[in-house]
Order: sequence, then structure tokens, then C-alpha cells
Amino acid sequence: MARRFVSIWFRHLTTDWFALRQPQLQDVPFVLCTPLHGRMIVTAANTIAESNGIDRGMVLADARAIISELQVLDDRSDLAERLLKRLAEWCIRFTPSVAVDLPDGILLDATGCCHLWGGDQSYLQEIVKKLKAKGYDVRAAIADTPGVAWAVARFGKELVVGSNMNIEALLPLPPEALRLDAEITERLHKLGLHRIGQLMGMPRSSLRRRFGQHFIKRLDLVLGRQEENIKPILPVEPYQERLPCLDPIVTVTGIEIALDRLLKTLCYRLQQEQKGLRLASFKGHRVDGKVVQVDIGTNRPSHNVTHLFKLFEIKLSTIEPALGIELFVLEAPKVEDHFPLQEKLWEGSGGLEDERLSELLDRLSNKTGVQATRYLPDEHYWPEWSLKPASSLIEKLTTEWRKDKPRPLQLLAIPERIDVTAPIPDYPPMLFQHKGKLHRIIKADGPERIEQEWWLQQGQHRDYYRVEDESGQRYWLFRLGHYDDKAFQWFIHGFFA
Amino acid sequence: MRFSIEFKGFIVIRTSHKLKLLVYLTNIISFTSFALPQHLHVVMRPEKAKVISQLQQDILLLQGYKPADGSAVDMGLGLISEAFPNGSFPLGAVHEFLSQCAEDLAATSGFIAGLLSRLMAKGGTSLWISSTRKLFPPALGSFGIQPDRFIFVDLQKEKHVIWAMEEALKCSALTAVIGEMQEISFTSSRRLQLAVEQSQVTGFILRKNSQNINTTACVSRWKITPLISESRDDLPGIGFPHWKVELVRMRNGKSGSWEVKWEDGRFQPVFKQASNVQVLQKKTG
Repeated sequence: MARRFVSIWFRHLTTDWFALRQPQLQDVPFVLCTPLHGRMIVTAANTIAESNGIDRGMVLADARAIISELQVLDDRSDLAERLLKRLAEWCIRFTPSVAVDLPDGILLDATGCCHLWGGDQSYLQEIVKKLKAKGYDVRAAIADTPGVAWAVARFGKELVVGSNMNIEALLPLPPEALRLDAEITERLHKLGLHRIGQLMGMPRSSLRRRFGQHFIKRLDLVLGRQEENIKPILPVEPYQERLPCLDPIVTVTGIEIALDRLLKTLCYRLQQEQKGLRLASFKGHRVDGKVVQVDIGTNRPSHNVTHLFKLFEIKLSTIEPALGIELFVLEAPKVEDHFPLQEKLWEGSGGLEDERLSELLDRLSNKTGVQATRYLPDEHYWPEWSLKPASSLIEKLTTEWRKDKPRPLQLLAIPERIDVTAPIPDYPPMLFQHKGKLHRIIKADGPERIEQEWWLQQGQHRDYYRVEDESGQRYWLFRLGHYDDKAFQWFIHGFFA
Repeated sequence: MRFSIEFKGFIVIRTSHKLKLLVYLTNIISFTSFALPQHLHVVMRPEKAKVISQLQQDILLLQGYKPADGSAVDMGLGLISEAFPNGSFPLGAVHEFLSQCAEDLAATSGFIAGLLSRLMAKGGTSLWISSTRKLFPPALGSFGIQPDRFIFVDLQKEKHVIWAMEEALKCSALTAVIGEMQEISFTSSRRLQLAVEQSQVTGFILRKNSQNINTTACVSRWKITPLISESRDDLPGIGFPHWKVELVRMRNGKSGSWEVKWEDGRFQPVFKQASNVQVLQKKTG
């Protein structure tokens, strides 16, 4: 498919923005300026000031000499960049791939998008109309390469350049349209080369000798002899579905229909490719330029429309349509292989592979925001580290669970200090006090010494004792450090069944 | 005692009415039979006893309790099984466990782990839902269950625990769902019970430090407390886990109190049944 690019030129980007914010500036000449080498330099001028001959790069005193009642405002250094980024995000409604083209433009990769608006002409008109309605003075052009679109938007007359019409469109334009350094364009003008057409017939070798390699490269890019790629502000997801709406959608029913349609197309595509999504986000581009979004995650790859719809349904109420949503986008940032499972002849009693189980966990985690955990053994003696969360429901054991040492069924996350009476040097305690209650120990096992794993953490070892008090309650106690250290402490760490 | 009951009329009575009538009749009969002195039991005619047991079977069937056949799981509880309806631990129901302190909770979770080891013997997955979980998964290994067959859902709020438990109990892919919570209202417990009737999942509610022991729709209410362990052959150190198992309430069954040990990977009921008779006598007046 022939590629198409739209270049949008904001002729007075910063001044338009100031005029929008301060309506009293609409009808008066004003400039933005910034200090440079001890002088005030004009960095932008509005239409009225420009028509009086004030241009960027002029010293403020000169400008004041031309118009005495000139309004002067301070320019902000990164204003243009921030404005362009915001406008580029807004432009995502026209195409998924939008790039900021500093200092004063936006570039859209409109390949395969124009027919949705009824052709190049009406696509371009729609963009310009919307941006003008927002209050920006823009010119936009569409062509096969970003270079030609850029050139035509700024210097051309006919803004829609047809397919394979690059050279014809460029011929009457001045050499500035090639985006060259000011030095080279000046030299071209001095040589009497005022039209690109005059350059076309010249041999490449002499052009390279006189104007350098960069000149040849620019020429190739503009003419489409070399591919010029744009850098989108948001990376385009490979699994994405879009649904533009004729009228802005404000009702829940409308949003649900949009979601259902998008899910059906995306899931059909995933099913064809034997994939399933793990993460999905449903975005609504609102009329006022904001984007509302809900995200879901699944525990295992899924392309089940009903299940995914249910997951989204819980969260749909958080979408605020405000004045209406113009464009719905469904993205699947994380996609994994999903092979159809062979159905078993008779159903087992529900293992971890059961789809109903993972669908239940999806519902739980999407409602509460808490991921369910399954634990696998980890090869550590230190009790807190002896288990690790499994990365998925079906992850297999790599080591066996240890059963040789007794472990308490209830383990305190943080061991609690206790007061203990214990015979020296390493006998189990006789008495201990926990939460104001005195426990007299009748039976005990131990000690089981667990050393710190020095490559992970420094500190003292623990000597664990299993003890049982007079009423039959069983505890896991430990002494931190050697008896000789004098600074040892006793802790309770768990309760045995 | 004279009974003359006409059974001919039952043919035309609708099922719902039949159930009520049966319950009513059986209550009268069983009440009188329990209230009778022990020696009168022997006097009761054998056909009458047969009628009563047949009626009780019918009621259980109508209430959804299947008779003990191949599908029932033997929990290995020995004598305690006699307290259950049909003599088998009710699956597809919600059981409630009360515990007062962390020590009780450990004993209760040990007892539940023992039950689960039988339930999950043929495979299956269980869900453990809690907002204050202290359970240490590796310790489940000593009760004969692979800890990686449990999925833990650690939520922030208790109301989420009840919601999650209801959702989980509806999922027939699970074997059991264990929920730790402090309080549960009658309505919530009724919802849980309705959920399991569809899916046949077994639910366990662990209530910790509950201030308000209210009526619930759960099929049973248990209280497990630790007892001094007895070691084999007078070996020093701590013996096998040893609990006092109190069955406070059992729908269509009997209550009672027993001592149970967990030994060699199974329950070992200790044959001391001192309190069982007393509780029954108190109940029947």
C-alpha cells in the first residue's frame, strides 16, 4: 500500500495559545520575547504584528519602533514542545501513529486512514477544520513522503499531493522546502537557484561536491528514494482495534456496544493467530481531548469474548464520557500463545489448568485489585524465604517441599519479642510471657539452628524451639544470637496445630 | 405410645407439602423416642423404627443429602462420622469453625488441613481467602497436602473476603474454599450456602475472635482447641497434634465432643466419649 503522510504546520503556535488563554490579546499586536546576549529578542509574533513587518529574530527595541503599542510577553522555553505533544496526542483520533515535528509541526502517518473519512481531501479538511475550531492557525498537506508533505504545507499551493506526484509538486517550490541549513539555502539563492526544479537536472556528483552529503540525503528522503520513518509519540500496539463514532457516545449502552464490537474483532484475530491476551486496555478519546481508560489483566492467555467482557463490565462504571466519546480503542499490550486444549474424555476434579479457575481469579483480581498467589518452594532454610510466589498458575515445581523439619501452621509475619526464663546455655525455655500471659512450658523440642544466609543478609542466627505449654498450646520460639553474646533476644514466631 | 398414621394420602400431596409434613411427623416421632427412657427403645416395635429411619432418609434426600455411596469421601474421622447425616461428612456445604485466639486458629487450620488432605486426595485445587492470613503454606505439607495446590487471595477488607468467597464457591472447578473472617451475617451465610448448592464446592469459614456468635445458615459449627500432646512410647519432646473437637451444631446430625490426634498422616480419634451423652441429654431435655 502506498504510504501517505500528513504534515500540519502551526503558523503561530505559541501566540495562538496565549491568545486563547487571554482573549484580550485577540485583536492587538503582541510578541513573545526572550533575553539573548543582553538583548530582548522576539521569538514569536502574532498575525497582526507580522503583517506590520515584525518577524522572529528581531530585537524588541526595533519591533517597538515599528508598533509603539506592542504588547510584550515572556516566552517559555519548552512551551512549543509541550503544546505540540498535547496536540499530537489529540491527533491520535485521526491515525494511531503521530509524531511531533519540532519546532512548529505535527506529522501523521495516514497510511490506510484517509478512506475512513472519505478520501484525502475530506480527511485533510476535517483535520484543519477541527484544529481551526480549537483556535490554531494551521496549514496541512498530504503526500507520499513526510518531506514532501512538510514542504507543501509550508510553501506549496495545492495541498493534496496525489500518489507518485512528488517530483511535480516539488518543482516550483523554493530550496527552503528541502529543510536544509540556512547557509546552504543562502548559497543556492546566490547561485540563482530559486526553484527546486532548477536542481533536478544537475548531476548528483556535482551537487554533492558543492553542497555536501547532507544535501543529497535530504533530496533522496524528500523524493522517496530513501525511506523516512517517523517517531510516534505513543508506540503503536500490534494488537489494537479502533472504532471511531459518527456522533459522540455518552450512554453506558453505547460504550458497551463499542466494547463488545471491539472485543469480537480483536478476539477473532487472536483466535486466528492462536494467541490470547494477558493485558488489555480499553480507551475512549473524549470530545474535550481527554482520554479515559480501563485496564484488565488475566491470569492466562484468553480470547474468550464473554469472559473478557465480564472483566471490563465491572470497571465500565469508572468511565466518564463527559460530553461524549469520539473514538474507542482496544489494545492488548501483552499477548501470549494460546493453543486450544484437548478436551478430556471425563472431567477431572478441577486442576490448576482448569479455565473456570483462571476466569474466577481474573474476576477476583479485577474487582479487588489483588493478585491471587500460589506458592512454590524456594531453596532457603530461613523460614521467611523458604517459599516464593509462582509466576503463573501452571508453573511446575522445580524442587520438592521440605517435610523433614516441623514448621508452624500459623507464622507471624514479624516475630514478636517475648520475655523468657531459660536455663543456660542452650536449654529450651521454662517460662515465657506473651501478650501479658504467662506460659509454663511442659514439653519442648530443639534447638534447630538456622543460620543467616550471609550472601543475602548479615545478622545473627536463630535457635528455634518447639514448645508446648501446660494447656497444650504449641509455639515456635527462637533465640536470636548466641547465649554468650549477652545481647541475645527471644521471639515468638509461630503457632503449631 | 400409639401411632396410627395413614400414609395413603401422601400420593396426592405435592413435594413441598410432603417435605413439611414429613419433617413434622418425624420430629414428633423422634422427639418422643428420644424422650423415652433408654429401656423403652428396646420395646419400640422394629417396624416402627424402620418407618422412622425410612422417613429420615426421605427427608435427607429431599434436602439434598445423598446417601452414603461411592461419591462420599471418608474423612477418616471414625466415631465422629456417626454424628453426620447419613454417616458421611457433608460435602457441598459450608462449615463454620470458631476460634478464640491464635493458638485455636492454628489447631483449627490443622484440623481443616486434615479434612482437606482427604478431600483433595484425588487432585483438585483449593482457595484460601483472607484479609489477615498468617497461614504458612510449607506447613501444610505435614498434613499430606501439596502447598502449591492452594491459591491464596489476601484481600484488604473483610467485606471483600465475603464477596470473594461467594464468587469462589460458585466455581465448580474448586474442591474447597476457606475464608477467614471475624463476623458473618445470617444473610451472607445464606448466600454462601446457596452458592454451594449449585456448585457442590465445600466451604470452610474460619471465624477468629468473633464477638457475636450469631445464627448462620452453615451446615455445622465446630470448635477446635489444642490439647496436651501424647508422645508414643513415652519419648521425650512434643508428640503428635492433639485436639479437642467440638461439634456444636450439625444440621440433621448430632452434636458432640471428641478428642482427635493427627498421626501418621491421618486422624486418630481418641476413644474418650465422656461428654457426648451429656450433650445429647441436655438437648433433648
